[in-house]
This record gives sequence, structure tokens and C-alpha cells, in this order.
Amino acid sequence: MSAPDYPTTWRRPPQIIRDRRWRIAFQIGIVVYLILAIGSVEVNWARVYTGLERGQRFVLGFLQPDFDTRWRDISRGLIESLTMTLTSTVVGVAISIPIGIGAARNIAPRWIYYICRGIIAVSRALQEVIIAIFFVAMFGFGTFAGFLTLSFATIGFIAKLLADDIEEIDEAQAEAVRATGASWGQLLNYAVQPQVMPRLIGLSLYRLDINFRESAVIGIVGAGGIGATLNTAIDRYEYDSAGAILLIIIAIVMVAEYSSSYLRKFLQ
Amino acid sequence: MTEITHYSQVWSYRTTRGRLLLWGGWLALVALFVWCWQIMTERTIWAFVYDAPRQAADIGGRMVPPRWSYLNELWVPLWDTLNMATLGTLGGVIMAVPVAFLAARNTTPSALFLRPVALFIIVASRSINSLIWALLLVAIIGPGLLAGIVAIALRSIGFIGKLLYEAIEETDASQIEAIEATGASGAQVLSYGIVPQIMPAFWGITVFRWDINIRESAILGLVGAGGIGLKLEASLNTLAWSQVSVILLLILATVVLSEWVSARVRHAII
Amino acid sequence: MLFLEGLTKTYKTGDAALRDVSLTVPKGQIMGLIGPSGAGKSTLIRCINRLVEPSGGKVLLGDVDLVGLGKADLRRQRRRIGMIFQEYALVERLTVMENVLSGRLGYVPFWRSFLRKYPPADIQRAYQLLDRVGLMEQADKRADALSGGQRQRVGIARALAQDPELLLVDEPTASLDPKTSRQIMRLLTEICAERGLPAIVNIHDVPLAQQFMQRIVGLRAGRVVFDGTPEQLTHEALTAIYGAEDWNEMRRGDEEQTRAEADARDRMAALAR
Repeated sequence: MSAPDYPTTWRRPPQIIRDRRWRIAFQIGIVVYLILAIGSVEVNWARVYTGLERGQRFVLGFLQPDFDTRWRDISRGLIESLTMTLTSTVVGVAISIPIGIGAARNIAPRWIYYICRGIIAVSRALQEVIIAIFFVAMFGFGTFAGFLTLSFATIGFIAKLLADDIEEIDEAQAEAVRATGASWGQLLNYAVQPQVMPRLIGLSLYRLDINFRESAVIGIVGAGGIGATLNTAIDRYEYDSAGAILLIIIAIVMVAEYSSSYLRKFLQ
Repeated sequence: MTEITHYSQVWSYRTTRGRLLLWGGWLALVALFVWCWQIMTERTIWAFVYDAPRQAADIGGRMVPPRWSYLNELWVPLWDTLNMATLGTLGGVIMAVPVAFLAARNTTPSALFLRPVALFIIVASRSINSLIWALLLVAIIGPGLLAGIVAIALRSIGFIGKLLYEAIEETDASQIEAIEATGASGAQVLSYGIVPQIMPAFWGITVFRWDINIRESAILGLVGAGGIGLKLEASLNTLAWSQVSVILLLILATVVLSEWVSARVRHAII
Repeated sequence: MLFLEGLTKTYKTGDAALRDVSLTVPKGQIMGLIGPSGAGKSTLIRCINRLVEPSGGKVLLGDVDLVGLGKADLRRQRRRIGMIFQEYALVERLTVMENVLSGRLGYVPFWRSFLRKYPPADIQRAYQLLDRVGLMEQADKRADALSGGQRQRVGIARALAQDPELLLVDEPTASLDPKTSRQIMRLLTEICAERGLPAIVNIHDVPLAQQFMQRIVGLRAGRVVFDGTPEQLTHEALTAIYGAEDWNEMRRGDEEQTRAEADARDRMAALAR
């Protein structure tokens, strides 16, 4: 079955950058960047080497966690984190609802829309840790600053997704309710609420989960909770306690993730 | 029309039991909230809280005008931050890809042993924020960019691994079946049947994570992992609020830019 | 030459998909497999190349029993069996050429397939096959840029790239319009005749089967209930395969299709004018 007139070579045509010169320039650019970037990393290998022993101790600590020695600190940090998580989610969601409604283009007046979108943008642009730094500076160390941080971050998250949801509601249903001569409040109650409520509950549960994880972080900058305990444990080189704390965080996140996905299924 | 008499006379939105449950649920939530609030605020010093508006005004007053001349000291840390995010993402991707293939139901070589291990790696990495990873790594391998890069990489494994393994599980089975039917080996089925299908998802996830990593790497310096966060830490410690505002504005600008880049790239791919 | 002997498949759920199926397909024969959905047609052809693992019986291709082969041996035997799928099952994001070359995967080492460095003879043959199915110009296009009929042609070229000794064809026309369906069936039968290739074609469209197949086997609930030429496929035989109601239903469906085809033709003619 020889057919000498068919080509014997084939090259896959380039998929993204079609111009050969651009492609080569792009590849060279990547290589140059990698060289520069890796070159900018100064590594003190002697320090890394001595650190390996600590690393080993940490891994051992992780495998044989010590829950007992610091249990009082750990349990207090945990209670702080958990209470902070719950209160901030409740307050954050409660504030998010009016802001989310205000940020939905299809039901809010123009000027309210811009104000609410502005609040959302500010809340989303700033990292939780940076917000926490400010709240700690204003309100002093401790859980209250953490609570405010998480509430603030929750607003950006929930209000944005809620507003996007409301903007996507089925116009036909809203139209039908409007046609009955319903007021704005009745419109919200009958056309909007039934459509977005399941999503809102799901999002709140999801945010509860995120807030717990974040509560472990903001403690590092002084906003209380399990993060503060973890920070102290690492500062004291107590890796077995640190390992215990990390395992507890992982376990709680896992439980929260499974139960929230279960709850969401149950509620829908 | 005699049937009409069978209808119940009073219409209600929910059954009595349903309504009771609903109210009970709300009541429980409120009680839980109050209880948690009390525990949480046990150790709060309210004097500080009442003083907050004055503090806020004070800090606000010191933050403006920003000390723009400080910008010149920030370019190198900014470059470090970008490198930390990019190299960290790269490292994360390299480690996440095998984990994702081990975790996906349709590609895992052993559903009983390796899959749970891979899933645990993903959960562990996802539950621990990069700042905590950085805190640990700074203690272990010393302060500097390397700790930050490794922290970003370790945090990225879970994120990329999770989204990627979901993408692998959603691949079209008939395409894979067709490649198997040609007599291809396992590696060939992977490279012809699965990889082309997940490529767009892979790039989308990677760029998305890179965008997130830029935000995260900006603050890793707070615990000593290098980059612009170091400058933030130094300025905070010396209460140089006019420098803090310059740094925050620079971070904000970078984040907006990287978000724009990542949106553009994802748009181009998909 | 393919022998099936006492082929049985029971799924984990306890559903018996195949019960003691024995068939012989000689060289060059195109055999149509008809039957209601759920009769086990799809399971039968997948048991032959063991995409579905049979629970019992023998599958002899030449003198090799495919049942009970180890992984590596099975892969080597799968090269001898080309398969064509209902929804084309092309790798959508690869080019047409890569899809055709993927038929060679069983013959080349991993590095060649990974780097797309196939032997010159394979590439030449792939071009020849693309020319045969009339897609020479589309070699560098991505598979998802093609129409349904074109994609099925790529599917045929991919199967032929394996140099198969048997073709398994699973509902080749189910996602195609009537006109394209006939073109694809004609191409398939021509190619089988050219190479003396035996083929097993799952097909739900009885008139199409009667038009193109040399032999028809009817399956019902996992058993062979008819085996003969298209001419022998009488009303009674079809009733035995499909049951009285379904068969009348199908005929009505077919009439509708004929009407729709006629209607489409009229419209096209009107447009052309």
C-alpha cells in the first residue's frame, strides 16, 4: 500500500500564537523571566540545612501531635475562633442582605446601586489580614477586632454573590408579581426571595467555612482565636502542639465542608 | 361542583409542624448567636472599643497624605512579591498535577489507598492558609523568599488539585474509551484521551490561582517571608502610617492589574 | 474471522445483558446487529474488544481467545480491532490528523505519540486515509470544527489507521441526518469490500440495515432471535425481534422520517430555485 505522493511528515499547527517569531520571542521571554526570578531568590543554604532538623521535628510533631500540654490554650483559642466565626457570619450575612439587594441593578435605584457596589468593592479588594491589622490598631488586640474583620469580609463575599443572583432572577416571575400591583416590598417577598433564598443559605454555610479558616489566620496579627495560639506555639518551637492545632483545624474544616454540603443538599 | 366543600377552609403557607420547626430553628440560631457573642466578648476591653472612632480618625489623619517618595523603595520588594507568586504557582502546579490524577475517580491507580491519601493532601493544603504555611516555613528554613515560595506552592496544591481532579472526573468517557479501543497504553490514554480535554480547565485554574497568589504573597512578608509585606511590617512597627497607605495603594494597584491579566488570559483560553 | 462462543455478560446490578451468544463472522462479511434498545447490542460489540469485560464464553479473533488475556496482550490484540462510535468519540480538542494518527497508538512507543513524531509511513498512511474519506483539506483543523458527517469520516479513518482485521461499528449514524447517514453507510461498506474486512454494525435503523448489510442478526433481551439475510427479515421476524407494538411504532417513525426527508428535499429544491 505504498503511496509515494502523500507527504511523510506532519507538524501539529501552533494553536495559540501563530506567528513563528512571536512564539520564539514569547518562549525566550519566559526563559529569561524564570532565570531572573530564580536568580532573585537568595537562599542561605546553611540556614536551610540547619532548619531541616527543625523541619523533621515538625513532621514528627505532626505525626505525634501533643494535644495535652497546651490544651488550655488550644481549647480557649478554638472557642474564640468558633464563636468569632459564628457571630461574624450571622452579622455579616445580616448586613449583606440589604447591601446585596441595593447592589442589584434590576431592583435598586441608581444612586443606591453605586453606593452598595462601592462598599462591596472595598471589602473585596482588601485582604482579611490587612483589614485585621487596621481593626486591631483601632479596637485593640483580641476577638472583637477579629469579629469585625470577618464580618466586613463576609459582606464583600455574600453581598456580591447575592446581588449577582438577584440580577439573574427570572424576570418573568417578577413581571407576573408586578402585574398584580404588588408594592416593592411585596415584589421582594414574592418574586425575589423564593428564588434566591436557597442560594443565600448555601452561600452563608460556605462563608461559615471560609470564616473559620480565616479566623485561624488573622490571629497571627493579633485578632484572637486559634491563630494566636498557633503563632505562640510556633514561636516557642513547640511543634508537637503546633501539629495538634493544625490537625484540629484540618479536621474542623473537613467536618464543616462535609456537613455544609450535606445541609445544602438537605435544604434544597 | 360539589367537590369544592372538600377543600380546607383556611389556607396556610406551611403546615403547623413546618412552621414550628422554622420558628424553632430561628430561635435556636438567635440563642446560639447570643451565647457565642457573650463568650467571644468575655475578654474584650470595651474602653478600647469606645475609643475606636478617635483611633480611626487619628490613623486616618496620619495616612493622608501618603508619602509618595517611599515608592522608590518599594519596586524591588514588589518584584520579589511577583516572583514569589509566580514561582510558587509553578511549584504548586508541578505538585498538584500528579495529586489530581491520583485523586480523580477515573484515573486513580488505587481507589482504596492512594485516592484517600491524595484527597487528604488536598484537604490539608486547602485548610491551611498560606500565611500559616509561611509562619511554619520561616521557622523551619529561615526568613526569606524561599519560605514564601514554598508556602504559596503548598497552599496552591489543594486549590489546583481539587479543581483539576473535578475537571478530570468530568471528562467525556467516550473519547477515552475510543483511545483505549485503539490498543493504546495507559500513558497514551492519559496523553490523548484525558489531557487534551482538561487543558482549558488546567490553564484557567492555574491563572486563577496565580491571581489569588499575588494577593496572598503581598502579605506573607508580615511573618518574614519576603516581598512587599516586609515593608508593610516595618512601616507598621514604626507606626509610619503615611508609608502604609503608599504600600496598600501599590498592593491594590497590583491586584487590580493581575485580576485584569488573569481575566484576559482566561477569556482567551476558553 | 471472528467466532463468539457462549458469550455471556451479567452486570454487577444483576442485569443479564447477554445470554449465551454464539456467532461466526467470516472474512469480508458486513453483519448488522439490530434489536430494541437494551437488547445488548452495545454490550455485545464492547465485549469483543473487552471495553466491557464478558462474564463468560469465548471471543476468538483468528485463533486468539481475547477473553482472559493480560493487559499487555489485550492491548496488542485491540490493535487488530477498529472501532467506530455513535457520537464519533473523537478527541475534540486535537486536530483531525492527530485523531487519525491516534489509531497508531498501539504500534508506537509513548515518546513518539507524546512528541507527535510518528514514523513517516504512519503519516503517509494517515494522509492516504484522509484522502480516501475525502478530508484531505481538513487535516490541520481541530476535530470540533467539523460537521457531524465529517467527524464520523475521521472516526472511520482512525479505525482504519489501526490496520484492523475486524471493524466494530456502534450506531454509526445515530447522530446524523438521513442523507449523511446513507453516505456514511455507503463509505463503510465500500471500504469493507475494498479490504475484505469483516464488520459488526450496531444499527437501530432497520431500513438502513436492510439496504446496506449482507447479513442481519436480531438480538432480543441478550439472545440471538434472528440470523439471516436482509431478504429473510420479514414482518414476522421483526415482530419476533422488537415485539409487535414496538415494531409498528418504529415503522411509523420511519414513515415520518421519509416524509420529513421528502419535505426537506422539497424545501432545498425551493431554495435552489
